[in-house]
This record gives sequence, structure tokens and C-alpha cells, in this order.
Amino acid sequence: MIDLSSVTKSFGTNAVLRGVDLTIDSGTSMVIIGGSGTGKSVLLKCILGLVTPDAGTITLDGQDVTTQDRDAFLARFGMLFQGGALFDSLPVWQNVAFRLLRGSLKRPAAEARAIAIEKLRRVGLKPEVADLFPAELSGGMQKRVGLARAIAAEPEIIFFDEPTTGLDPIMAGVINELIREIVTEMGATAMTITHDMSSVRAIADNVAMLHDGVIKWTGPVDRMDNSGDPYLDQFIHGRAEGPIEAVR
Amino acid sequence: MILLSPIGTLGRAVLQTLASVGRVALFALSTLTHMLRPPFYGREFGLALLNIGWLSLPVVGLTAIFTGGALALQIYAGGARFNAEAVVPQIVAIGMVRELGPVLVGLMIAARVTSSIAAEIATMKVTEQIDALVTLSTNPMKYLVAPRVLAALIVVPLLVAVGDVIGIAGGYAVATGSLGFNPATYLKNTVDFLEALDIVSSLVKGCAFGFIAALMGCWFGMNSGRGAQGVGRATKGSVEAAAVLILAANFLLTGAFFSL
Ligand SMILES: Nc1ncnc2c1ncn2[C@@H]1O[C@H](COP(=O)(O)OP(=O)(O)OP(=O)(O)O)[C@@H](O)[C@H]1O
Ligand SMILES: [Mg+2]
Repeated sequence: MIDLSSVTKSFGTNAVLRGVDLTIDSGTSMVIIGGSGTGKSVLLKCILGLVTPDAGTITLDGQDVTTQDRDAFLARFGMLFQGGALFDSLPVWQNVAFRLLRGSLKRPAAEARAIAIEKLRRVGLKPEVADLFPAELSGGMQKRVGLARAIAAEPEIIFFDEPTTGLDPIMAGVINELIREIVTEMGATAMTITHDMSSVRAIADNVAMLHDGVIKWTGPVDRMDNSGDPYLDQFIHGRAEGPIEAVR
Repeated sequence: MILLSPIGTLGRAVLQTLASVGRVALFALSTLTHMLRPPFYGREFGLALLNIGWLSLPVVGLTAIFTGGALALQIYAGGARFNAEAVVPQIVAIGMVRELGPVLVGLMIAARVTSSIAAEIATMKVTEQIDALVTLSTNPMKYLVAPRVLAALIVVPLLVAVGDVIGIAGGYAVATGSLGFNPATYLKNTVDFLEALDIVSSLVKGCAFGFIAALMGCWFGMNSGRGAQGVGRATKGSVEAAAVLILAANFLLTGAFFSL
């Protein structure tokens, strides 16, 4: 279980997170929605310790994340970055198998390569892609390689920052299904950021909406449509009018 | 208040400078400890050796040969005013080995290696590749910084040695080719004149300059700002800092070796 309590983070005068409280139960899929620039990516990075919160506590299974052994802690996580963040000096398969080629999970290169190719297949990429370099791929392909890398070592907890952005509708469907599968079959805990409402419905057990630096609404996905929350209603129906100012 | 504000500004600037010196020193210290503790990344280290050492040979060689040649011409012309043309081999040797070899190689490494390390690491930072490394349980200090700095520490002294030899060879070529020196005597004078201390100082300087060059590239890269502009600033800053620090370190080392 991941638990955030009163987490705040500012960049200079820009107060991005202003007291986030959120709980993600183990083995469930949480989807974070919210306007562009509201701090969704920053929130994920705070949990991973890539960004240090100004205040508040984040615990994993009841233990403060800042006091845990970093290596053991990170070994439990996989993360797909919004921009892919592939290592452009390494071919695709070495990106995917990065964790399997070094450190505590190290295994023979041939085995790591086979796993990488299997993970690439699961995100809809052919084995030929394995030997290309990231710069030779399209944006959507890079995103899927990033996804394959995030799930390669089969971590317990996986963060997906906009997994389907830039993908065609069919491929987006495949990826949604994959994320759902990872949660239901492998029992992983997933936290996904997405702007795509059909992805939300396909992936989520629970939904949380981040607005103005706080979680405005959180609850099970089937209560999303009749939440009675004007912010959430405006957001999921994509209306220009409502409490959220569209033009600032 | 108004009178005091320039002092305040000056004070702040001094404090900021001291703070960044402190941070760089801590970074250097942490780099050194990461070099000694596993995991070690052999492939990264090998690539760094290749990039910093082997691929720098052409530029080092060309710089050294032209400098050695020009040095021989200058010493011959200058020496002629005192009827001391014969000192060309000795002065070329001492000039190349003690000063010009290490300094020129250091500056070439700053231009070639520091800039590319800074740009590469800064780009990785800007595109979240450093964050990705961390989430893949890989410490960027160990994976990116330690191999590069260690490789520079080992390979730049060798480059300096190569530069020294090629510089002396440049002087030799000019002196024997167009200034009428006898080849055998030239070589004998060079070898007889150089002392162990000259060579040791040359190599120690190479170590120091290699360390500075790689460290500055890594430091500016890891602390780069955001976007393409951040990468540009990091690259520029790293080369400036490396060049100035190399020249300052050269002064201090020359003082330490030869003014006692
Ligand atoms: N390293 C940083 N330095 C300064 N400001 C930052 C940094 N990272 C994020 N921000 C700021 O924090 C705010 C939230 O950024 P974040 O990337 O979390 O948005 P987001 O909710 O993920 O948006 P999007 O949906 O567009 O990806 C933005 O205003 C951004 O400018
Ligand atoms: Mg984002």
C-alpha cells in the first residue's frame, strides 16, 4: 500500500502540490487525472524520490519511503516516463533489458535479450525493433519501448505516465488491456496518469483527480459518472464551462 | 542602506562562490568514493577509455607536433641574440615536458572531452534519462560519472606522455631539418638534459588535468538547467571552468614541483 499524506512541493514560487492525500491499495489500479501542468508527473516522481517533497509523508507498506534502503525500494518499482526517457546510446533491447543486464537481477545476455523481445511483443513491437536505436523509432514506438522497459523485470509496483498518448486507437486499446492484465494476473499495483477517458475506464479500479495542488475527488471508477463533483464532471465530459477555468 | 548594498552584493557573490566550491568539492569526493566501491560498470569504463584516450590521440598529436616545431624556431631565433642557438634541444625538451605538453593536452581534453561529457550528461538529464537510471536501480554517479572520471585520470597522463614525445619530435624535425642540428647530438642533448622530476611532474599534471576535465564535464552535466538552453549553458560552463581550473592547477603544480 502506498500512502501519501499532506505532500507539498513548490518550484520557486510555483506551488504545484499543496497537500496531497492519497492511498493506493496493493494490487489495485489507480488512475490519476487532472489538467495539464497540475503536477501529476511531479506526484509520481515524489513517490519515487526523484523529486523531494517540501513537506508531508509518503509511506510504502507503512514504512516511510525516505528511510528505506534505496536499492531495495527501487527494485520494487517500474516506471514509464512521459517522454519515454530511453537511453539513446543503447539499442532497444538493451534498454528494455537494462535491469536484467546489471545489478542484482543480472542474467546471461541471451536470456535477457529473449525476455526483452517477449516484452516488446507484448507492447506490439516486432523482434526486428530490438536492434534499432531509440532515435530510429517513431514517438509512439518509443513510448511502447519505455513501457516494455518498465515491465521487463516484473516489478510489484508500476507507474505509467501517459502510456497511450501518441498511440493509435487500436494500439491504445492493446496497451490498456496490457496494463489491466498486469494488475489482475500478476497482482501488481499500478498508478497511471492519462488524459484519455476511455483509458481511465479500461484501466482503473480507482480514480483520483488532481486539481489546484490537491486531490479534488477520489473513488472507485464506477462512481465517477455520478460523483456529484462539479470539477470531476466538467473534466470527464471535457466541457469548457465549469468551475475549472479553461482559459487562464 | 544604499551605501551598504554594494557590500551586501559582494558578500552574497562571495558566499555563493564559496558554496559552489563546496558543492563541487563534495561532488569530487563522492565521485572518488564511488570509484572505489562496487558495482563497477566495465563497459562504460571501456567506452570512456576509448573516447577520452584513443580518440583524442589525433588532436593531441597534431597540437604537440606543431607546438614543438614552433618552439624550436622561436628558441633558435631568440637564442641567436645571445649566441646561444645550441640550447634548442634542451629548452624544447624542458618546455614541452614541464609546461606545454601537459597544459596543451589538458586544454585540448577540456575542449574535446569536457564539452562532450557535459553535453551528453546534460541531455540525459533534460530528457529524464538520469531519472530513468535511478528508477532502474542504477546510481548515475556510479554509472555515468565514476567511469568517465576514472578513465580520464588514467588515460590523460598517457596522452600527456604521448604529447611530450611528439612535441619533442616536432622540435627535432624542425631543428635537424632546417636549423642544421646534428640528429644524434640533438637526441643526446634532449635525453641527457631531462630529469626524472620533469617527467614525473608532467604525468602528475596529466592526472590532475584529466581529473579536472572529466569532473567538470560531469558536474555541469548533472547540474544542467532545463531544455536545450540548459544543455548549452552546461556545455559552455564546463569548458570555461575546466580550462581555468587546469591553468590554475598548472600554476600551483609548477610551484610545488619546481620552486622548492
Ligand atoms: N524540475 C522542475 N523544475 C521546475 N518546475 C517544474 C519541474 N518539474 C515540474 N515543474 C512544474 O510543475 C508543474 C507540474 O508539472 P507536471 O509535469 O507534474 O505536470 P503534469 O500534471 O504532469 O502535466 P501534463 O499532463 O501536461 O504532463 C508545471 O507547472 C511545471 O512547470
Ligand atoms: Mg506529466
